[in-house]
Amino acid sequence: MSKKQKMSGAEAFVECLNKEQVEVIFGIPGGALLPIYDELYDSDIRHILVRHEQAAAHAADGYARVTGKVGVCIATSGPGATNLVTGLANAYMDSVPMVAFTGQVPTSMIGNDAFQEANITGITLPITKHNYLVKDAKMLPDIMREAFYIASTGRPGPVLIDLPKDVQTDAIEFEYPKSIKLRGYKPTSKGHPLQIKKAAKVIMEAERPIIYAGGGVVISGAHAELLALAETLMAPVTTTLLGIGAFPGAHPLSLGMVGMHGTKYANYAMTESDLIIAVGARFDDRVTGRLDGFAPNAKVIHIDIDAAEISKNVAAHIPIVGDAKNILTELIKEIKRKPKSKWNEKIEKWQKEFPLEYDRKSKELKPQYVVEQIYDMCPDAIITTEVGQNQMWAAQYFKYAKPRTFITSGGLGTMGYGFPAAIGAKVGCPDKTVIDIAGDGSFQMNSQELATAVINDIPVKVAILNNKFLGMVRQWQEMFYDKRYSATRLDTSPDFTKLAEAYGALGIEVTKPGEVRDAIKEALASDKPVVIDFKVAPEENVFPMVPAGAAINEVIDYGGKI
Amino acid sequence: MKHTLSVLVENKPGVLARVSGLFSRRGFNIDSLAVGVTENPEISRMTIVVEGDDRILEQVIKQLNKLVDVIKVSDIKPESSIDRELALIKVEAGPKERSEVMQIADIFRAKIIDVGTKTLVIELTGDVSKINAMTDLLRRFGIKEMVRTGKVSMLRGIKAARGE
Repeated sequence: MSKKQKMSGAEAFVECLNKEQVEVIFGIPGGALLPIYDELYDSDIRHILVRHEQAAAHAADGYARVTGKVGVCIATSGPGATNLVTGLANAYMDSVPMVAFTGQVPTSMIGNDAFQEANITGITLPITKHNYLVKDAKMLPDIMREAFYIASTGRPGPVLIDLPKDVQTDAIEFEYPKSIKLRGYKPTSKGHPLQIKKAAKVIMEAERPIIYAGGGVVISGAHAELLALAETLMAPVTTTLLGIGAFPGAHPLSLGMVGMHGTKYANYAMTESDLIIAVGARFDDRVTGRLDGFAPNAKVIHIDIDAAEISKNVAAHIPIVGDAKNILTELIKEIKRKPKSKWNEKIEKWQKEFPLEYDRKSKELKPQYVVEQIYDMCPDAIITTEVGQNQMWAAQYFKYAKPRTFITSGGLGTMGYGFPAAIGAKVGCPDKTVIDIAGDGSFQMNSQELATAVINDIPVKVAILNNKFLGMVRQWQEMFYDKRYSATRLDTSPDFTKLAEAYGALGIEVTKPGEVRDAIKEALASDKPVVIDFKVAPEENVFPMVPAGAAINEVIDYGGKI
Repeated sequence: MKHTLSVLVENKPGVLARVSGLFSRRGFNIDSLAVGVTENPEISRMTIVVEGDDRILEQVIKQLNKLVDVIKVSDIKPESSIDRELALIKVEAGPKERSEVMQIADIFRAKIIDVGTKTLVIELTGDVSKINAMTDLLRRFGIKEMVRTGKVSMLRGIKAARGE
């Protein structure tokens, strides 16, 4: 018995979104999407109109990262589609499950350089997990089912579906496919039992183990298993930027972040370890520093769902391909409790000797102080960040207790990500406080989304650490280019409080350390979107720092010079 | 070192761009690439010759496997496979040189498929070294044009580089 219904491609599109239980999509309409937007008009799916398509992609990304569901965004053909590109690349680098839809000129006009035509499947080939150009409306249900499956399984990532206008209007016999037929896509989820046994043996023999956890732990939901592993072994845990939240930041075994702006003790522990247990991390260059100086005496157990990440940068002695949660569950069964060791004592000594530091006695408003106060006043908030110094301070001075609470652009390093991502995060978790820790440079890359936040009543808070510079670039110019501040001064920024008010948000200005807590209190009490303009010390630098090309134990301390 | 990969892919538009794009953006060099449909019309086979050490080869194979439209990647070892390439070679040969060129073609079991007043076109099938040897011999007559298909490979015996 077939339950086929006759409907248009646009109707089928909405029906498929319903079947995938999509509750919200972020987007902007356009000529090539008119049939779809006409259907959305009557649909129960919440559509959030953003002010720039890049923000639609980042909002879908932020929504996906806090909820674990697939984020959905939509943009029209040509410029709408190309405006999604940064957001897709961002989601691809950070393995975020996302499905993006683009309008396209009618199939008969494709390739003719028609008005608002762009070859978006060609453009996004290297920055999507997969993409589709739908040439026949009959294919749409299969393609949409596949897209959501591909985006959310294995190593997640963005999938783009390009929808020509005639495909949206053509009539089809609709039936949602029950199964998926993908010969070439079969992600591994269970780890190889023999490899797990081997890993357990090496772990029990190790004297100086370190767990190195990445975004894969968060994605897989393996945080409880990770905690059990660490506590059973008494093994210290360091995380990547995207791994923050995978392990409680205030836990005694937590070393914080490793790498370029990681803690000194994490970098020392990594360097002196005899075993790295890497879980869902990819040994990125910001983590390893100079490769030949990276953990020279360590064996490497590498657990990752993506086989291509294993031995890509650092050779793995024991690779285990599969889902982190599955593998850690099995691994824990194979290991025994270990007592506190000399290695733990050594690390504790480092932790006491080399804490994160800044000039706490200064009369200036220090950005690190602002982040500490935000942490103190709302430790359970979801924090999104922009990119640069603000991002590093948000990573260092806020101790994230839970996964999916630190939302940041890791791989691509997209300035302008944090604010729209915060909007998406707040839509996904309306009951949580969502704060974008921003810089004055980054915030201006998507500040137009204040309109989106205000109109749709999405009360996110933005804490601008306003140093009147493109701060991270200025820091490098100070340290490596003789203080020649080429094009990094942002003296002519608008008054951010007035900008916020112009959009109908609340603006608060803070110039002194004594005003910080009151401002945060006021922001949290307001039911509106709020921008706090913290006028911080302009030439504060992020430390510790490992300069480019150095090994990760060659650390510059606070206030240090190269 | 050169490696030969036999890659089964979905016979869909854009697959070649996905595969070749992957090679270029990851900085892998393609020596040759031949594509054609298999015994199953939904599936095509690409024979790709790639230059690189074992580490690069491992990355190439893993990255190819990540493509949704790639069904199976097999690393074809020369000792367990048969390789063939086809070449069309247009040689400058007037009446004086014609018989000598034809003799060479004969020795290589190549075919003359076109004769002009000043040229001959030779069709040659064989492994890569045979084609190289013959072109070396023909060079002194003057090669006006040459087209090579790139290598195709198949495992010997009962084994097949087939997807499930």
